[in-house]
Parts: sequence; C-alpha cells; structure tokens
Amino acid sequence: MTGTNGKTTTTRLITAALSPLGFQIASNIYGANMEAGLISALSRAPDARIAVLETDEKYITAMVKATRPKVVTLLNLSRDQMDRAAEIWLLARRWREALADAPDCRVVANADDPLVAWAAGSARQVTWVAAGQRWREDSWCCPNCGAHLQREGDDWSCLECGDRRPPVSWMLYDDEVIDPSGRSTPLQIALPGRANRSNAVVALAVAEAFGVQPSYALREMRLVTSIAGRYTQVSRRGCDIRLLLAKNPAGWLEALDVIAPPPAPVLLAVNAQGPDGRDTSWLWDVDYRRLRGRTILVGGERRLDLAVRLEADDVQFQLVNDIDEAIDAARSPSLEVLANYTAFQQYRTVLGRVQ
Amino acid sequence: MRPLRLVWVFPDLLSTYGDRGNVLVLERRARLRGIPVEIIDINSDQQVARDGDIYLMGGGEDLPQTLATRRLLADGGLHEAAERGAVVFAVCAGYQMLGVEFGGADDAPVKGLGLLDIRSGRGEHRAVGEIVADVDPGLNVGRLTGFENHQGVTRLGPTVRPLARTSLGTGNGDGTEGAYAGRVLGTYLHGPALVRNPNLADLLLYWAVGPLPPFPPQADELAGRLRAERLAAVAAFQ
Repeated sequence: MTGTNGKTTTTRLITAALSPLGFQIASNIYGANMEAGLISALSRAPDARIAVLETDEKYITAMVKATRPKVVTLLNLSRDQMDRAAEIWLLARRWREALADAPDCRVVANADDPLVAWAAGSARQVTWVAAGQRWREDSWCCPNCGAHLQREGDDWSCLECGDRRPPVSWMLYDDEVIDPSGRSTPLQIALPGRANRSNAVVALAVAEAFGVQPSYALREMRLVTSIAGRYTQVSRRGCDIRLLLAKNPAGWLEALDVIAPPPAPVLLAVNAQGPDGRDTSWLWDVDYRRLRGRTILVGGERRLDLAVRLEADDVQFQLVNDIDEAIDAARSPSLEVLANYTAFQQYRTVLGRVQ
Repeated sequence: MRPLRLVWVFPDLLSTYGDRGNVLVLERRARLRGIPVEIIDINSDQQVARDGDIYLMGGGEDLPQTLATRRLLADGGLHEAAERGAVVFAVCAGYQMLGVEFGGADDAPVKGLGLLDIRSGRGEHRAVGEIVADVDPGLNVGRLTGFENHQGVTRLGPTVRPLARTSLGTGNGDGTEGAYAGRVLGTYLHGPALVRNPNLADLLLYWAVGPLPPFPPQADELAGRLRAERLAAVAAFQ
C-alpha cells in the first residue's frame, strides 16, 4: 500500500476488510513505513499468512522486488515534503518500472489520478478504482508526454498521445460503492470525509482480490473509528476536541472539507520539523478563503508562516501558544483541530496519547 | 485606472511548491496601495498574454521545465513582453529557464529562453535549506530570506548582475544568488519567495508602476515578524 495521502488509514481499512478470512495479519498499523517499520511489523507476527504493509512512496519499488506481493495498492500522488521527498513525476516513473518487472502482481490503482494511472499502466493485471481526485494541481499535464490534459469531471485524456483514464471496475458514488458486478452498496463507514470513502472503496477492491465479499469486508471496516489519534474526539476542560491530521496541500484540502461547519471554531497548527518537511512553502498551495468569517486559531511552531498565509486570504485569526490557549480563545463547547505531523503529535501527547 | 496585470506563466507545468504565493503577495501589496490588480493564469496550452505588467514563473521538475521552455520559445509572447519592458520574475526552475541554457532530465544542455545571460548545469549536491543573501545595494532591497531546493549551478555572464551575495546557503554556487538585467529577475529562492521579502515584491511593483504610495505599517507587521523570526532562527549558522 502506497501513495501520498491515506496510507495509514487505508492500511487499517484493508486489515479490517481481510479479518473475515480469520488469518493472523502482520501490519505496520502506526505508520512506520520504511525498512525498520516493515521489518518490525513482520517480526511481530512471524506466523502471519498475510501482511498488509503501508510503504513509503520511495521504498515501494524495493518492496515489490523483495517481497513479490500479491497486491500492490496505489492511492494517489501529489506534492509532499519537497525538501526530502522525491519529485513526483520521478516517483511515478520508478513505480512504473518496478511494476513492469512484477508480472505476477495485481495492482489496485486509482484511475482518477493521472500520475497513478500512468504508473500502474505498466502492470500486467490492474484493478482500476474510480476513487476520485480532489487535489489536481499536480496533474494538469499528461504524465506520458507532458501535454495539457483535457479534464471533464473525473475523466481525463490527452489529445497529444492518446493516454486516457482507464475504464474502472470499482466506483465511489457519493456514499455508495459500485462493485464490478454493478451492485451499489452504502459504505456507511465511521471515518469522516470523501477521502476516507475513497480509501474504503480501494480497500474493498483489495479485499476482493483476497476473496472477501464487500458486505463482509464492510461490516468490519465500519468498526474503524479512529487511526492513531486521527478523527478521535477527546474532552478537555469541558471542550470536545476532534483531531485531524494532514501533512500537505492535498491533505489539507480534503481535511478542510471534513471539519465541522461554522460556528465550530478551528485550530490550525503547523510545524516544520524533519518529519513535517522543513519547508513551509506548501501552505501557499492551500486555498483558505472558505474559512473567512469563522473563529480561526493558529498554533504550532511555524504559526507565523500560517498567519501570513491566512492574512493574504483575508481570513481573520488569533495566534495561540498551546491547546489550552486555543480552548480559552475558542469559547465553545467544541473545537476542530487540523495539524500537520509533529504538531498533531504534540497536541496528542498533551491530550493523553489518545488513540 | 488600468489594472496591474499579473501574468502567471504555466501554473500547470511550473508550480511545484507554493509558487502561487508570489502572485498573492504582489496582488495584496498592490491593492493595499489602491492599485487594482488583474491576475491572468496562462496554462501551457494557451497563448501567453502579450500585455502583462509582471510575468511570474515558478519551479518545476526537469521534464516540465524543458516542455515549458519549448512552448515559451515557440509562443514568443514572454519575449515580446520583456522587450517592451515588462517585469519578469522567476524562481528556481523558472530562473534557470530564463538563461541561455540549463541542464535537462538527462543533464544534457537544453536551450533556454535567453532573457538572462546565465548558464545553468547540475551540481554535485542538492542544495536544500534556508538561504540568506544580501541584495545588490543598488536595488535597495536589503537582505533576502528564503528556502532553496535545487541541484543547479548557475554561471553569470557579463551582461547580468548577481541579485545578491549569499551568507547562508548555496544560491548560484559561487557565493552569489540569483541574477537580474533590466527588469528581468531570477532567484533560487523557491516557491513563495516574496512572502518573507516584501522589499523584493515592492521592487517588482515599482518597476511595473513607478513610485509606490505608502500603506499603513500594521499591514506589514506579520510579514515583518515572520521575516525576523526566520532570520533569527538561522543566525547561528551564518
């Protein structure tokens, strides 16, 4: 399982979806997705017959070679932590090469993301999922030839080289999944947001490759309510706090769709430590104008970067030093928190390592 | 009053990481002075507007950089505008594109736009991190603070001047950073380079519209605090 956003959540959903098989499953459920995390996940469950492994985007090519997986799942590709991650066209090319060399592997891929579709296009067997694509700033151009893509709704095609969105067998339609037989089933998962419904459809397509029917898989997936503190509701000093984690522009775009409508106050927090990426430029790729008129609090170690960004979008806000200052300033029974990685972990620690 | 026309060149190919910030900063600082602004996004399948006042180009990966250059050479609109005296501001990959040549995907030289007398190639190490550089005193901009993320090495020819001298970071690779000639200016400060450098933004606006009326100082307070914080954070490394 790889992709820029949704890896940890989708790994958790796949693990749930496969549980009806009754096998022990090895999985790195806390998101440690490079060598150490993967080896640790496998060694914790040496007798497991199945491993569901979230894998770093750069590391997936080595994993495909080393483990010859039954299924490789590709979610999406977009700009992320550019100071340490590879450029995404380059990543897509490496995925494409690795999958061309893995003929036994089934690929489950998002057909709505042109870069992902191009990367998966070299594989012998692909299950195409219409999982949607909210963030499009990294795929205006054809990954194959570079020409400006024609886009209409979720459809995309290139007039220059003829590359186009492949026909899909799984589809997300509002809150329903349409499976390859054409049957539509309500997802009704507990996790919020379009991105998670999209992750759920991908998980169902993976489950089918292991012989688990959607109805059985969904029953388990609906029990997943939070992932390592994400989406968790926790109460502090009489305020119900909900934590959302997003690390890059595509993630923030999806998260801004998930936060409760006004008047719920929102705390936005940004750090720029190593795991976050030390470069805050990405803040300028997010459109914050829809936050105008709301109570917005700004925290995290790089709150001034975010403050200048919000000022440019004419969003009123108040700077806060920590979660308690935010609760005081919110003067509300609830508070939505959207933070990037280490900012999220700092709040989570203060709130008692909520799961 | 005729609006100030900001032309963002090929956001579909050249917008890697926050490049829109430069458009937004110029827009805000013009509007604060009562100057109306029109923003024109030109995708790579469109003709480049000939009548812009400030043209902006962002960063990009190797392939998009080469494609964008090819299209701009064929289109000719940016060259027409630059000859007419329009302002061109380019960062990172866009900066390299302004030159006579730059290194493409396989490091083979690619013919650039030729708007600046510079030549870029690939260095041995990727330069990633905070950069601080002091701008040519003649431009009255002061100290630049930003983030660089590139593997380019750029040599400056006799008809351009270095934009700045680096005190932290890599820049062009020889102690200088960026380059300018006339109203064409490029820098390795990537993404939203103007956010932490309001004086550089104002220089571009001044080139485009002439003397700028002042605006209330509190409108600059946050940017000033951010700028001071970033400079203080790296002061120990210089």
